[in-house]
Amino acid sequence: MEIIKPGTRIPFLSYRRWGFILSSVLIVGVLLLLFTKGPNLGVDFEGGTMVHVKFGDAVTIGQLRAALDQSPLGGVVQDFGGGGAGEYLIRMEKSTAQIDTVGRDIRNVLDQGFGQGSYEVLRVESVGPKVGDDLRRRGILSVIFATIMMGAYIWIRFELRFGLGAIVALIHDVLITLGALVVANFELDLPIVAALLTIAGYSVNDTVVICDRIRENMRKYRRDSMEKIINTSINETLGRTILTTVTTLLVLTALLVLGGGVIRPFAFTLFVGFLAGLYSTIFVATPTILFFEKGRRR
Amino acid sequence: MRQSLVIRLVLLVVCLGAAGIYLAPSFVSGLWFLPENGIRLGLDLQGGSHLVLEVEVEKAVENRMRRMRTALRDELRERGIAFKGLEINSAGELVVTAPQGSTERIRELLTAEFPQLEVSASSAGADGAELRAAFVARELENIRDFAVDQTLETIRNRIDQFGVTEPTIQRQGQHDILVQLPGIQDPERAKALIGKTALLEFKLVDERGDVQAAEQSGAPPGREVLYGYEDRASSGVRREKVPYLLEARTLMTGDAIADANVRRGDQLEGLYVELALNSVGSTAFDRLTGENVGRLLAIVLDGRVYSAPQIRERISGGVASITGNFSFQEARDLAIVLRAGALPAPVKILEERTVGPSLGRDSVEKGVFSFILGSVLVLIFMMAYYRGAGVLADVALVLNIFFMMAILAGFEAVLTLPGIAGIILTLGMAVDANVLINERIREEVRNGKSPRSAVDTGYERAIPAILDSNLTTFLAGVILFQFGTGPIRGFAVTLCVGILTTVISAVYGTRIYYDYRLTRRNLVRLSV
Repeated sequence: MEIIKPGTRIPFLSYRRWGFILSSVLIVGVLLLLFTKGPNLGVDFEGGTMVHVKFGDAVTIGQLRAALDQSPLGGVVQDFGGGGAGEYLIRMEKSTAQIDTVGRDIRNVLDQGFGQGSYEVLRVESVGPKVGDDLRRRGILSVIFATIMMGAYIWIRFELRFGLGAIVALIHDVLITLGALVVANFELDLPIVAALLTIAGYSVNDTVVICDRIRENMRKYRRDSMEKIINTSINETLGRTILTTVTTLLVLTALLVLGGGVIRPFAFTLFVGFLAGLYSTIFVATPTILFFEKGRRR
Repeated sequence: MRQSLVIRLVLLVVCLGAAGIYLAPSFVSGLWFLPENGIRLGLDLQGGSHLVLEVEVEKAVENRMRRMRTALRDELRERGIAFKGLEINSAGELVVTAPQGSTERIRELLTAEFPQLEVSASSAGADGAELRAAFVARELENIRDFAVDQTLETIRNRIDQFGVTEPTIQRQGQHDILVQLPGIQDPERAKALIGKTALLEFKLVDERGDVQAAEQSGAPPGREVLYGYEDRASSGVRREKVPYLLEARTLMTGDAIADANVRRGDQLEGLYVELALNSVGSTAFDRLTGENVGRLLAIVLDGRVYSAPQIRERISGGVASITGNFSFQEARDLAIVLRAGALPAPVKILEERTVGPSLGRDSVEKGVFSFILGSVLVLIFMMAYYRGAGVLADVALVLNIFFMMAILAGFEAVLTLPGIAGIILTLGMAVDANVLINERIREEVRNGKSPRSAVDTGYERAIPAILDSNLTTFLAGVILFQFGTGPIRGFAVTLCVGILTTVISAVYGTRIYYDYRLTRRNLVRLSV
């Protein structure tokens, strides 16, 4: 079986203007979104407490909100897992929630409102402000370090422009995924940062495979223009690019649909990031390499 | 060629065997030749609590300084050195005020008998001189360090007595303690048990003083107001707040306790906690009860008055008791914390993550199911796409997962939810390595090469791309491990281990088969 027939020559690079426009629009949109609405930070980074409860009987979100509003605790209630399951997330700011007692306080409110044993506390996550700051710092540092190190690796193994192409593609993928997370209203927490770093790794992975082929073809077809060499390389590795992405997405789809609510944001992040990675390898990374090539010849 | 093939085959078999041995304990247990532990599930998968506690070490330093003050006062009196005042100022320094004549002697005493302290400042005034002393830097560090270690030990004792299987209690950073309690059913109770300072103090009640006045306008010097909570049958209020005016001096602390047990008294008393005192405690208790017959003795735990019974007679048996309308659970937990001793400094909970057992089970089931389903889909897809080479790639994939699990089990790594995701991801990326190789071989076959040379060039050309791409992801994994905490580290570990096994199984594992086929028979057509 073959998806891409050998000898396929799709002139990808001649569509690079369209790719540039599409990516620019998307990135500008994401940046606007990030600076206006901002990412939805989870307790990991913002501090505070999140309690995940499940009710045996049908308790509506309105009833739960009413019960919490009457108590001094307050808190924001969110439906978990698409609704109907009676599972809710209660989120409290760090100022109102004392980690030592918040679990007991919530239980008291729920006991009073709905009766003992009518619900189950599935999860409690409390992060004090000190830890939250630390986690945020670590998160940001890890993304920055990963980007620099991978860029440097490619620079050493290939050439500077390849490294630049990889980094541009990587930033592109991570930004688009962040935008998708904001749109889908998923909270940014530690596992999501791990997913973003994985996307970074995967994005570079993809770019490396094409770079490897470009380098090989540069030796093979010395007389061809860089544009032609890159285009040939994209086409030659197209089968692999699609096949690998499809199989990975296959696994991620299983995780997204059947993995359960806790892992869904994680799977969603990877899914979007890998799709973005597939696109950016062809329409972002390689045009960037070509751009710096042209700059050098002049 | 032939010889190296045999070596590689033997190596493969040995690896398989070793992997089997490491993996087996995750499924069966109790066989003598197997390692003790298999893969452990993280708290997010089996349920449990993850707590990070901060030891408030400055409190330990304060306590220590207070003890230094008592010791210094005793020494000064014993040697007959005159002094006017001995206080601790807001900066935590010990301030001695004395007449001009005795400052030199105090200074000598400090250097001779209190090497932990150094005189930080001195000043002379009209009515005498003032000496200020603080802990030397090394001593300060020792106190802090010791407070954290002792807190850790005490918490470990409490948890052991509470009954948690395989808890993790370790230092984290400078003054923090990480506590992980897998499979715990009542996290709130455990939290209360761990976080309690459990400082037990015996103090006399000042019955002549005016409690109400002290409550409103502050206690007179040498006195303090503390509260107790009592059930009042008459008013029908449960746990009513009752003020006590106490003499501030502590006559005895929980250090004097050798053992604590729950006892059942008569109908009226209900449950109480009986304290067996150690020899020092017995003597002290004997004296203190003998000197204060008829007075009320308040039993104060963490600033709360539990009870204030009247001392009817001198008690010399070395046994005391705490009553207070306990439920069995309360009484048992109180006995545990008293037995394990007080924390040298209070602790503050910085971070809590608790996963209920049912959510954990649910996550495992869904995670494993989606993992198996995803894997099967990938295996079928590869077989359909590459036929013979696809089957070979599938074998490599299955072996890859097998080795990966074995290494994780060998490291006694903890499998978390992101960890499962990491394994699934590895599967996806392992396919990539096989695809790269097979696509190359296909190309070479298309270019009209013989099977042998197609395989050789295919591998040769695919390997740089495989190594480079996996190394970059490996770098991301290392950084994740470096900066990550808890579940993220689990993810990073599975990712890195997965990349290693992927490269090995795809590059070297599959090659064994081709070399075998190519040396045994004249392979005419490659099924790729």
